[in-house]
Order: sequence, then C-alpha cells, then structure tokens
Amino acid sequence: MHQIWTSVFEPGFFASAQVHVAAVIGGAVAIVSAVTGVFTVMRGQSFGGHALGDVSAAGGSGALLIGLSPVAGFVGLGIAGAGVMDMIGVRRVRGRDLATGIVLGAAIGLSALFLYLGTTSGATTGATQQILFGSIFTTTNGTIAVVVILGAISLVSIAAICRPLLLSTVSPDIAAARGVQVRLVGLLYMLALAVSVGLSSLAIGAILSTALLIGPAAAALRLTSRVAWALVIACLLGVLATWLGVLLAYDSYYWGPGHQGLPVSFFIVTAIFATYLASGLPAVWAARRRPAAMPITGAGERRRTAA
Amino acid sequence: MTDHTRAAAVAPEILDVNGVSVALSGRQILDNVSFTVNAGEFTGLIGPNGAGKTTLLRVILGLQRPAGGRVAILGRPRSPRNQPVGYVPQKVLLDPDLPMRARDLVALGMDGHRYGMRLRPGQHRQAVREMLHAVDADRFADARVGNLSGGEQQRVLIAHALISRPRLLLLDEPLANLDLRSGQEIISLLARIAREQQIAVLLSAHEMNPLLPVMDRIIYLAGGRAASGPTAEVVRPEVLSSLYGYPIDVLHVHGRVLVVTGPATGDEAALAAGRAAEAG
Repeated sequence: MHQIWTSVFEPGFFASAQVHVAAVIGGAVAIVSAVTGVFTVMRGQSFGGHALGDVSAAGGSGALLIGLSPVAGFVGLGIAGAGVMDMIGVRRVRGRDLATGIVLGAAIGLSALFLYLGTTSGATTGATQQILFGSIFTTTNGTIAVVVILGAISLVSIAAICRPLLLSTVSPDIAAARGVQVRLVGLLYMLALAVSVGLSSLAIGAILSTALLIGPAAAALRLTSRVAWALVIACLLGVLATWLGVLLAYDSYYWGPGHQGLPVSFFIVTAIFATYLASGLPAVWAARRRPAAMPITGAGERRRTAA
Repeated sequence: MTDHTRAAAVAPEILDVNGVSVALSGRQILDNVSFTVNAGEFTGLIGPNGAGKTTLLRVILGLQRPAGGRVAILGRPRSPRNQPVGYVPQKVLLDPDLPMRARDLVALGMDGHRYGMRLRPGQHRQAVREMLHAVDADRFADARVGNLSGGEQQRVLIAHALISRPRLLLLDEPLANLDLRSGQEIISLLARIAREQQIAVLLSAHEMNPLLPVMDRIIYLAGGRAASGPTAEVVRPEVLSSLYGYPIDVLHVHGRVLVVTGPATGDEAALAAGRAAEAG
C-alpha cells in the first residue's frame, strides 16, 4: 500500500512549496475558467475566448519587457481587448468572427514583437516559454493573493449578471423586451472572461488557456441538462485535471534517468482532452442500451436521473 | 360591426397604438398606424413579408422608437421595464447544447431579467408546473429544450412569456416553420388562453387563413399603413385596395379568403382568375 502511494506521489510532493503554490493557483484558475467557460460555450464564443488568450500573451510579454508583473499585462490588455472586440461588433453573431479575428491578428503581431525584443535584450530569458506555456511552478507566494482577488472579481461579476446573461443567451430579443440591457450584460461578461483568460494565461500559458476555458465546460454540458449542475461539474473536472497535471509534472522529474521534468501545461491540457473524450461515453452507452428507438434524446436528459 | 361594439363594451382596452410612424434609414416603414387591442381578444396582425409587422411589434415593446405617434399599454405610456407584456420573437433557435430543461426556460420567464442569483432555487416550481400544464407541455417538461420539436418549443416559449402574468401577449410569426397541425394546435391553445385568462393576444402572420376560426379582430398591414376591425369589415376589396394603393380583389373559396390583385378588366381579369386558381 505504502509503495503504491509513494509511486503515485513521488517523494516531497506534499512538502514542496512550489507544489502548494501551483495547487492553489491552479485550483483557483480552474474554477474561474470553468464558470466563465460554461457561459462561453453556451454563447458560442469559444473563438472569442481564444482570441483573448492571444491578447493576454501580448500583454504579458509587453509587461515583462518593461519590467512589470506579467499578471498585470495578461489581465490589463485582456480587458482592453475585450472592450475593443465589443466595440467592433462582438454582439452581432455575424460581426463576431470578424471582430475576433482582427483583434487576434493584431495581438499575435504584438506578441511576436515583444517576445523578440525580450529575447534579444537578454534581460528576460525564458520569457517566451513563460508567456506562451505558463509558469505555474515558478510563480511566487505573493501572486496567490492577486490571482484569488482577480478570480473573485470575475466570479462575482458573473454571479451578478447570471440570469440576464442566460436570458440573452437564449434570445437577445426576449431579454431586450424584458428590459435587460443586453449590450451592457454582454460587455460585463466579456470583461469577466478577459480576467479569467488572463489568469489561466499565467497558470498554463496564453495559448493553452483556451483548453482550460472550453474543455471542462464542454464536457460538463454533455453530462447534464441543468446550468447549475454544469457549473459544478465543470469546476470539479477543471480542478481535478489541473491537479492531476501538477502531480504528473512533479512525478515526471523522477521518470527518466536525466531528471528532466516535463512541462506541467502539457499534462493539464492532456488531462482535459481525455476528460472531454470520456464525457461522450455516457451517451454512447445509453445509445447502445436503447437500440435505435429514441436517437434524438439528449445526453443530459439521460444523465439527469443519475445526477 | 355588432361584434366589434360588443367586444369593446365588455373588454377593457389593453393596447392603444395611436398614429405611429417609423422610418428606418430613410424608408418609411410605418405610416400613421392606429388600432386598439382588447382583453380576452385574439387579434391577428396580417400583412405580406416586409409590411412592417416586426417593426410594429418592436415599437409596442419599446425596442424601436417611433418617429411619431404614441403607444399606451393599460392607459400608460409603455416603458421598457416591468411592462405587463409577454413576447415570443420570430425564429428563436434553441441550441441543443443549451443545458436547459423546458421547466428551466419557463422559470427564467419569471425572473430572467433580474440581476444577482436566484436566492431560493425552487421558489417558482409550483407556478412553472401550472404554466407547463396550461400550455399542455407536461410530458416534455424535463426534456432539453434544444431537442424539442418546433411546435413543442413554441409551447415552452409561450409558457415562458405567460408565466409573469402579462395582460398582453405578442407573438411574431409563431406559425413560420411549423407544420400545419402543430400550427393549428398553437392557434387554438392561444385562443383558449386569451379567453380563459383575459389576456390580449396579438399574433403576426403573413397568411390569415389559419387564424380565421379564432380571430376576433384583424389588423391588416400593407405599404406601411394599417386597417383594423372585425375581419369581415377589413378584408374587403375597397379597404385593401386603398392600403396597397392598387386594385385588390378578395375571393372567398371554400371558407378561405384569397387576396389577389384586381378587380380587373380584360387581361387583368384573366390574370387574377389564374392566380386565384393557382392559390386555391
């Protein structure tokens, strides 16, 4: 028993300060991403979420270049990007892809410039790695407070607008007729999303943040027909995948003879991908048990009794 | 005429549209449109595509500012907030990915416009159950809304619109994309609700025939102008010709009404007869 335990949790895992910081930041980021992610997937704005990741990358690399904390850059430029996307026309479905693509292109261009300057000036070695693929194992204790506070702000904003946001997701026309300020609610959601994406850029990297935003949420939406349950399940899946990734990355240091640990973001993203694939299984099983009679019933409908 | 006066004497006036005009990007959409809608009555808003039906409904909802005229609901000028109006818009697409059961969508009709989270999650359960029963949707109350058929989704959307107890229910082309039988079921459901709950139902459609059995009054919209009253008074060649601005004939075939160009002489008569035969 003890042997199994030590082979799963390599020596020093629970004592490592790095692991503690990674577990707290990873867990907080996973929860914020899962909650905003559920609304992102429902609203069909995954592409927008991805673009905000690229905007974050530009912000983070720019912040490093001028000697600021990357978090400030990730979140700061993300918020600005969300504002610009809303202004260009993220509200109308047809204008959405256009606005997103324009902002995304500009952001990647800026990242390329900032990362090039950072690498050639030599002052910030490893900046590219840190910005694009995350720095959950190298962040310090002091960052925890910033992450938790920003995460709380994002969650409180979503909680404040959850019902009007849901109604305007179902139908902007119905929401407007009920007196909801659809545009304002959409903008507030984009800002909360920008904060969330900025935080996950810090944890698992700007270009991988989409995985943590979309993966757990998309899996949860396949498993339940209730928004509240989807939020709970997405949080659980996100946190578990993140912690599993942290554990495997820590353990990987002991795997080879060279003692070279593998990147944590790889493990987190892989765990999320596996989770998403597995979330399709209940529907497959149910379809097999009920041959051809009711092909259209939703996966969530069947799962509802189990939940 | 007697129909109209009797209804007006008994039922209180819910909606008063007075001289409404709307111009969008230089084009006159509505020109001095006036009518009233009474409690317990089923009113059809009929007109060809592009006649301004949706625009008129948006003006009533307060989503479109008219260039001129007034809209009063229960005697007060309409305001976008807390107005006693239920609304089922055109072509609502409920995504199969939306994690929502029919009963959740109906509950959202109660408080979906409020900020903050719902404090007592089960507080609307009883009202939701009654509403689902009223629109005959009990059997799919727990199904995902995105997986329901078009007619079933319409019932859920009607329940969603009615649960806040509005006095006026607006429906924008609810029969589009429905098969004939589902359409008939929705119409008789709405007619029953109007009478039982003394709600004024205003329903837009480009085809009046499915509504003839239940329609108390008609508002015929063409060329941006409107004529309203009992169907027999409005759907006449003289009235429609003056709306359209060119000769219109009204034919009655097997209890159905056909609106065709005419009355005609020579070649036009042949044309009108041909069209009537085609449509019939």
